[in-house]
Amino acid sequence: MTQEPHVPFGMPRPSALDLAATVPETGGGNGVLAAEAGGRELSAPERINVEAEARDSGVFEVIEDLDRELVGLDPVKTRIREVAALLVVDMARRRFGLEAERPNLHMCFTGSPGTGKTTVAMRMATVLHRLGYLAKGHLVAVTRDELVGQYIGHTAPKTREVLKRAMGGVLFIDEAYYLHRQENERDYGQEAIEILLQVMENQRNDIVVILAGYKDRMDQFFSSNPGMGSRIAHHIDFPDYSLDELLAIARIMLDRQRYTFSSDAEPAFRELMARRMPQPRFANARSVRNALERARLRQANRLISDGKLVTRDDLMRIEAADIHKSRWFTEAGHDEATEVRAVPAL
Amino acid sequence: MHVTQGTFSYLPPLTDAQLKAQVQYALDNGWALSVEFTDDPHPRNFLWDMWGLPMFDLRDPAAILLEVQRCRDAYPTRYIRVNAYDRTLGRQTTALSFIVQRPKDEKGFRLERQEGRDRQVRYTLHPYAADRPSGERYER
Repeated sequence: MTQEPHVPFGMPRPSALDLAATVPETGGGNGVLAAEAGGRELSAPERINVEAEARDSGVFEVIEDLDRELVGLDPVKTRIREVAALLVVDMARRRFGLEAERPNLHMCFTGSPGTGKTTVAMRMATVLHRLGYLAKGHLVAVTRDELVGQYIGHTAPKTREVLKRAMGGVLFIDEAYYLHRQENERDYGQEAIEILLQVMENQRNDIVVILAGYKDRMDQFFSSNPGMGSRIAHHIDFPDYSLDELLAIARIMLDRQRYTFSSDAEPAFRELMARRMPQPRFANARSVRNALERARLRQANRLISDGKLVTRDDLMRIEAADIHKSRWFTEAGHDEATEVRAVPAL
Repeated sequence: MHVTQGTFSYLPPLTDAQLKAQVQYALDNGWALSVEFTDDPHPRNFLWDMWGLPMFDLRDPAAILLEVQRCRDAYPTRYIRVNAYDRTLGRQTTALSFIVQRPKDEKGFRLERQEGRDRQVRYTLHPYAADRPSGERYER
């Protein structure tokens, strides 16, 4: 907060700006908004420190949190950084009276299950709220069920209800391609899409819509709904995690639940993930979480059946044995039949 | 004639920004908002037509403004009001109710005298608009 805006020689210190730019807001992270409302319009030769503005709005903290808590996802992080930078610059332009259309903020997140789309959407809502683009910054996550009605005349009010609930925040539509049913022309999904488009266009200041789903099906969805594709400015693709990233995720998850791997459990878990990854229904971070859940289950079972006195460390440690009991080790060959029978298991 | 009803009735009509601020206040208090409309402005007519259901679980005033705008588009010549209902135990009543749209030409009321027994006179108000059937009262 001590860094001063750059002032050219011979210029008086722009005190109003200085105040607005350097005094942190006490209530919430809405510093930029408040500065904007209270500050006067700046004249051309004045200078402001864009970086300091961004810091004051608290948007960097959110992005740093994102960096720290989410493993991998480099292209996603870069895009979010870029979007945030655009918004900060836009804010600075407005303080000089350079009117610009509010940028289009609707987004599309594509990627396999468990790659962090919902988590990033939640962070995005916070970023936009901090920058003053969203009044509330909450996230409403829905799927086709919540938007599309059962009978004629049911869809429009239902969709509008959800949109109203999401106003001031982000509407996250998971597996958005289900809204469009190619095989049925009279499907009510089309009606929901039309209302969505209308609100995305007319209420751009009040709501940000994020669509999510598999890449190929999303592309197909956009090609059959060109209006939707053209209203979405940011298409962000979430890559699958590598084996190392999955392990890093596992470590973070365990740490958060106050567990640790024993020295030989970690290679075992790595082996487990390597076996699991090529299998169908592999869901990245979600599969890691399920695997850990099962390991905890087996650990608890082991501790009770051993019948020994346990220490704090015993309660925290997951052994290689807890992982080796997994189905992916015990059933060597996975033919289709076992695959189907054992769906709920990891 | 300017019909005065509900909260803020003696203020000039609210702008949309003021309406938004009032709605935000209601939301901050946890009140559920609803939009109603009528073409019978009699002061004792408190049962206006509902524009959709009362709106619970909303976070942002933009949603209510959306409904107000849709109602205005559908009934440009009628009275429209916004109600805020406070559901907390012990109150359970309308906490705030104000008019957000009125017809351009408000026709006003005439005073009627009814002569009763013993030369007793009963006074009553009759809206001029109510002389015409509902739906045609403010159309021209």
